[in-house]
Amino acid sequence: MKPEWKEWAQEAKAEFPKANSALLPLLHRIQRAEGWLAPETLSDVAELLNLPVQYVESVASFYSLYFKQPVGKKVVHVCVGLSCMLAGSDELMHRLEEKLGVSQGQTTPDGAYTLLEAECLAACDLAPVAQVNLRYKGPVPPEKADELLKEEVSS
Amino acid sequence: MSQTFYLLRNREVPQIGHMDVYREHGGYDALKKSLAEFEPEQLVDLVKRSGLRGRGGAGFPTGVKWGFLPKDGRPRYLVVNSDEAEPGTFKDRELIENNPHQLIEGMIISSYAIGAGQAYVYCRGEFLKGSEELARAVKEAYAAGFLGENILGSGFSLDIFVYRGAGAYICGEESALLESLEGRRGNPRLKPPFPAVAGLYGMPTIVNNVETITNVPAIVTHGAEWYTSMGTEKSPGLKIMSVSGKVNRPGNYEIPLATPLRTLIEEYAGGMQEGRSIKCVIPGGSSVPLLMPDKLDTPLDYESVLQAGSMLGSGGCIVLDDTVCIVRAAARLVKFYREESCGKCTPCREGTYWMTDVLDRIEAGAGNEADLDMLLDIADNMNGKCFCPLGDASLGFMVSAIKHFRDEFEAHVREHRCPLGAKVYDTVNY
Ligand SMILES: Cc1cc2nc3c(=O)[nH]c(=O)nc-3n(C[C@H](O)[C@H](O)[C@H](O)COP(=O)(O)O)c2cc1C
Ligand code: SF4
Ligand code: FES
Repeated sequence: MKPEWKEWAQEAKAEFPKANSALLPLLHRIQRAEGWLAPETLSDVAELLNLPVQYVESVASFYSLYFKQPVGKKVVHVCVGLSCMLAGSDELMHRLEEKLGVSQGQTTPDGAYTLLEAECLAACDLAPVAQVNLRYKGPVPPEKADELLKEEVSS
Repeated sequence: MSQTFYLLRNREVPQIGHMDVYREHGGYDALKKSLAEFEPEQLVDLVKRSGLRGRGGAGFPTGVKWGFLPKDGRPRYLVVNSDEAEPGTFKDRELIENNPHQLIEGMIISSYAIGAGQAYVYCRGEFLKGSEELARAVKEAYAAGFLGENILGSGFSLDIFVYRGAGAYICGEESALLESLEGRRGNPRLKPPFPAVAGLYGMPTIVNNVETITNVPAIVTHGAEWYTSMGTEKSPGLKIMSVSGKVNRPGNYEIPLATPLRTLIEEYAGGMQEGRSIKCVIPGGSSVPLLMPDKLDTPLDYESVLQAGSMLGSGGCIVLDDTVCIVRAAARLVKFYREESCGKCTPCREGTYWMTDVLDRIEAGAGNEADLDMLLDIADNMNGKCFCPLGDASLGFMVSAIKHFRDEFEAHVREHRCPLGAKVYDTVNY
């Protein structure tokens, strides 16, 4: 457990004191710092919020944006929703897989990128759209796959 | 033509998301007017008279919903639904990223009207920027005295909290949203009781969509008659439509309700791209049946779209052009519901899985004669038998696609391939 987590837990509980409302915000904050939520992290969170570990695991596993495995420095979500599909998202994904040498759902061996499918990102006006560390990038036509990978992202 | 009527009227104003710029454009005047000139019940009555209907999908009259709150002295909550994840819909994203104060002003007025002392915005997990913008704007609103204790000396106090989900479409369903807001898995609750009676933390709660609440300051400023002067008697006012697909100008367009679908596509969105024609249109987000081109003159109001065989829903208008394979489109949409099914009930969890499998195999040329009827049979076994509306929502497009394009499904089976060559993206064949 990192020393600052205690403070973060207090802050989350102060803002959301009722029920277990502090749980999701705390998981977000820790994941943002750590990149992912290791099993030990989940038990630390359980301890900090005085919840059963199984409960925290069960909640964390419900939501697709909590990573239960290590991810790359840049997490690239490619939207494969219908509007993005019409604009070439499958081809974009295909090219990214080729360039990174991994399939969607995987992380590059150097730990630089994780490539993931996303459902409609509510940005179909930017189709085909992607998010890098949850920052919107779009439109990203397949020909611009390279540029997407090179883009700087704020955390 | 990027015509904007009201909620989007300031979309081009630089820094409209900041307090000083928002106020230079009349921001928070509606709040001052509400607190100075209206008793809470008068505001509920105003919203009732405006005929405003929920913009989250179901179109339930907002003032009527507000009137359902029991008068028993328990604390009440307002929860704004910014989970926007219905494929094809992207209006709430623009509203919160671009003009967060407009929503916050609406939340303060609405909370005053319904007597809530705390209000929450639930943003989908992917709305990192949107939630940051909201959090920043909420801070500004506290500093300006529009939030906190005794707002503008009115005696009314309110706190607003910004909460972010973590990737789950089902959390847009209001009871699943409340579960998630209470720090649990986003499984829907059994209804009744409805949130107005037992909602967040068991207390009376109003859940409204972002766009719904954003309409409230406009109605306070211009009056119920102004609102009912647009649209139809049953569907008055303004609606933001999100248009995507192979149109020249995909984007959000604010229309008076009952504007024809054709006008939306041809004038607002600039018509189809060179060389494309319309195959069919999904008018209200992925959960609604498709409309064929002969329905393009349908006025976009709740009743007319229903009569035409679909629903206005969330206003996510996806235009499919003549190069799109209908099987592929159906497979993609049903896969969405498979991914997003919360798994609580069997018909939805298993049905969406099966349908995706069967659709994929038809698209791949490996389907057989019996597959089409199997799809309809699965749909029949799900329809009305799922715990929440997500299961049924997975059927609308697919069933209508089989009805209108049965030939195209059968051709896939007969020719053992996609007759359109899945030529979805122009530059590549793969
Ligand atoms: C599966 C499912 C997903 C939904 N997603 C959303 C959503 O993202 N945003 C929204 O406002 N309403 C959504 N709704 C509708 C909400 O349950 C609720 O009716 C709505 O937020 C009420 O607000 P309104 O009356 O202002 O429309 C969804 C419903 C279902 C069944
Ligand atoms: S219909 Fe689907 S999303 Fe709704 S409760 Fe059942 S499994 Fe969950
Ligand atoms: S389909 Fe990709 S953002 Fe909507």
